[in-house]
Amino acid sequence: MLTKRIIPCLDIKDGRTVKGVNFVELRDAGDPVELGKIYADEGADELVFLDITATVEKRKTLVELVTKVAKTVNIPFTVGGGISTIDDVKALLNAGADKISINSAAVRNPSAINELAREFGSQCIVVAIDTKNIDGIDFVHTHGGRRPTLLKTQEWAAEVAERGAGEILLTSMDHDGVKNGFANGITSELSSILPIPVIASGGAGTMQHFQEVFTAGKADAALAASIFHFKEIPIPELKKYLDTQGVNIRMKS
Amino acid sequence: MDVAVIKYNAGNVKSVLYAMERLGVNATLTDDWETIKKADKVIFPGQGEASTAMKYLKERKLDQLIKELTQPFFGICLGLQLLCEHTEEYETDCLGIFQINVKKFPPLDKVPHIGWNNLENLKTPLLEGLDESAYVYYVHSYYAELDPKYTIATTHYINDFSAMLHKDNFYAMQGHPEKSSVVGEKILNNFLKL
Repeated sequence: MLTKRIIPCLDIKDGRTVKGVNFVELRDAGDPVELGKIYADEGADELVFLDITATVEKRKTLVELVTKVAKTVNIPFTVGGGISTIDDVKALLNAGADKISINSAAVRNPSAINELAREFGSQCIVVAIDTKNIDGIDFVHTHGGRRPTLLKTQEWAAEVAERGAGEILLTSMDHDGVKNGFANGITSELSSILPIPVIASGGAGTMQHFQEVFTAGKADAALAASIFHFKEIPIPELKKYLDTQGVNIRMKS
Repeated sequence: MDVAVIKYNAGNVKSVLYAMERLGVNATLTDDWETIKKADKVIFPGQGEASTAMKYLKERKLDQLIKELTQPFFGICLGLQLLCEHTEEYETDCLGIFQINVKKFPPLDKVPHIGWNNLENLKTPLLEGLDESAYVYYVHSYYAELDPKYTIATTHYINDFSAMLHKDNFYAMQGHPEKSSVVGEKILNNFLKL
């Protein structure tokens, strides 16, 4: 049976892993290649590498880092951060990334999703959506969640799926870094209406939060960063817990 | 051991080469007839769309070459689908090693089938040392139907499909062993030992 995926996210700046509280205060949590391999060995189902400063500083995500990761890690991984052109995507996929994730560029130029899906296949195009609830309405935000747009999250998610995205990575800016649970409402809403998988992100603080996002939130995968980096929740323990809670999980064979 | 990885317009070929490297095997990415013919093992990777892949293979006559090969041959993902008779993806005729059809998943659940799913009804030799708790990583929208003549493992998503196929020297797998952690490494090692 298809299992729910646990995805550690490694936020990258200058080739190092960082994770900010609400994306502002950054802390160093090590070498991304080494960390990625540890997670893979521990039973992570996928990895996401996000070059979090790339959009802001208009920096290209490091192809070199992707090459090193591809050589070392034996599970799929996604690379995101500041990706906008077909050439960016080609360079990263050629270096060995399994998928790429686009965010601001898709909002700026929605037809880029169609172009990328046609050129490389939907299976490797993840569209990341940062969402924030403003007076009861969910709005898409860009630039690391700093810039609000007029797009409603539900409408935008449906549009990106229609345009050929293979998966959606949904980050709740209201929940990110706060550790009081995922945004199960909006996650469940999107997962129910969309024909493609939804990866929930933002808010993981306890093992129960994961159980909730997979049941109430109907997420296909759950992503988290700091709780893994600082070993607050070890992946093997989390998977064992979810397994005993009746969630379909890939246990080590 | 000489391992040839067939070079064509398929995506993510690097992952297969890196996986071989991790297993300590030097694999060559090539579309050269002689190199492929002489190789001890041949891997036919794949990610992408079937009709353009078949067109590319035909233009370079690699379709004929593949059918003539006699050494252990391993098709992965799209590589499995191209070894079948026909695929519903742009109604494309394929290589016909396995005389079964490739169909699109009905939209009864999310498509593509993305993530880790387990192998069932396993048969050796490729699955030596593995059981039904073995999970492999999938990303696909089309699947090969079941046929007891060829199917050596099944997986369930929307319906049961052929997770792995075997006929003579030809082996194939819908999932990605190069991305399936230790289970994938075991399968690749079993293939290399054939």
